Amino acid sequence: MASKKTVAKTAKTPKTPKAKAPTAWDRVQLARDAKRPHLADFLREMASDFEELHGDRLVNDDRALIGGFATIGGEKVLVLGHHKGATVEENMEANFGMVNPDGYRKAMRLGRLAEKFHLPIVTFVDTPGAYPGDTAEARGQAEAIAKSLEVFAGLKTPIVVVVTGEGGSGGALAIAVGDRILMLENAVYSVISPEGCAGILWRDGKAAPLAAEALKITAADLARLGVIDEIVPEPRGGAQTDHQAAAAYVKAAVLKALKELKKRSLDELMAARYEKLMKMGRFN
Amino acid sequence: MSWFEAKKEKPAIPPAKALWAVCPKCKSHMPKEEWKANNAICPRCNYHGRLSARERIAQVADEGSFEELFRAVSYSDHLEFHDASGDYKSKVEATIAKTKETESIVMGRATIGGHPVMLGVMDFAFMGGSLGTGTGERIARACETAMAEKRALVIFSASGGARMHEGILSLMQMAKTSAAIGKLKESGLPYISVLTDPTTGGVSASYAMLGDINITEPKALIGFAGRRVIENTIHQKLPDDFQSAEYLEKHGFIDKIVERKDLKAFIAKMLNYWGC
Repeated sequence: MASKKTVAKTAKTPKTPKAKAPTAWDRVQLARDAKRPHLADFLREMASDFEELHGDRLVNDDRALIGGFATIGGEKVLVLGHHKGATVEENMEANFGMVNPDGYRKAMRLGRLAEKFHLPIVTFVDTPGAYPGDTAEARGQAEAIAKSLEVFAGLKTPIVVVVTGEGGSGGALAIAVGDRILMLENAVYSVISPEGCAGILWRDGKAAPLAAEALKITAADLARLGVIDEIVPEPRGGAQTDHQAAAAYVKAAVLKALKELKKRSLDELMAARYEKLMKMGRFN
Repeated sequence: MSWFEAKKEKPAIPPAKALWAVCPKCKSHMPKEEWKANNAICPRCNYHGRLSARERIAQVADEGSFEELFRAVSYSDHLEFHDASGDYKSKVEATIAKTKETESIVMGRATIGGHPVMLGVMDFAFMGGSLGTGTGERIARACETAMAEKRALVIFSASGGARMHEGILSLMQMAKTSAAIGKLKESGLPYISVLTDPTTGGVSASYAMLGDINITEPKALIGFAGRRVIENTIHQKLPDDFQSAEYLEKHGFIDKIVERKDLKAFIAKMLNYWGC
């Protein structure tokens, strides 16, 4: 027994060099880990009920962006989130979390519905980016993202955003405008993927780890830059090791944020959200 | 001695690029003088080429009406960003020296056909017209000033998208500008967006697509993702007119394609309809 324990310990040591903080590139890998909790996992652990609603009322029901009403810790909310899927079949159905214009239009439709009934919105952000396809362009990917930004900036109801995994550029931002921006410890959020940036500025996709470092995409970086309000801790080793514990941290942070936001009058809420956005990158 | 020295002194032949302009759309060659005299419009295919911000302002604003604002709002190197070819600060300083602009959008008060406007014009020569924190701040301030002075907002876009050298805060400018423009539109003021060649990425996916009317010039490239990225995703070759002004109009995202010579009159006409 004792010898078995020692073997297990020594076998583990080289995998986790002690107390060395993960690099930005390490976190990119963690954020993309297939075993990381996704929207369905968070909903299962956090919500006592969830009723999904479908479609953009125009052409389609985009499976890469899921929306519906839920109860989280007794709070009735609208949940919107990217859906990546856990299995290959789910990945295919969800287009790997890459949203088409239809998905953003569904999000806006449901967002307005939540506003009508004064229900707060909680969004879960986890996408490699908006879908770069010919049909997405034909149906106005640029317009859909732009309109989402304008609409969510103006929705008269509290919005809490949780960046849970990959915050992939405009495709993430389209559902990430809100009053409280939370981000998991190992999530990343960037203007461009490290691979994309490396391809353009290093002319070498293999320089992605360097680009990841230079772009400053970790939760700690974003907190320092004033882009996010709070870092949500993850269980030791990362959220993929314990979905239940990871979701418990997120649930506590979301409920705390909702409680704070509910104290504000609608006018205060809207003025603060506008000022929050205007402050971003105001250097001179 | 002299036989190899003579070799060094080749007669100076001006490079072809200095004499000939090539239309990027139809690849026709023409003397540079002709391209310039035709206002950067291809006489063969009617592609409307790129203008500098100053050239555009001179063509659109009433003579002598342009009064520049926010020139001191410039780039920010908050990430101390550097890549394989050097640091962002040196690159952007070189751009400033070359273009004599301090950001990718030139903003100011003007009148167009007598109508008071806040006019913003992007310059593709400034870091590919990329959306940086300075660009976003100028647009946000322009909205505030336009609301205070009851001016219509007119923005000419020309951009490859967000400026990655400014990281996540450049992405945030998409939300910031969209929120500011939303507020301006909500206040009852009009916003005319003119998407010129090229308008792509984070700029098309924010303020450029949010006009009360969106207009463009013939053959302009407008889109979200890059052609090559899309071709690699769908494993198909895309048609030539993909993401052209004409394609966008056909799909319902552009109100009208307007020839360069008619742009000023068209904008004035719209403002006249709306009583602004």
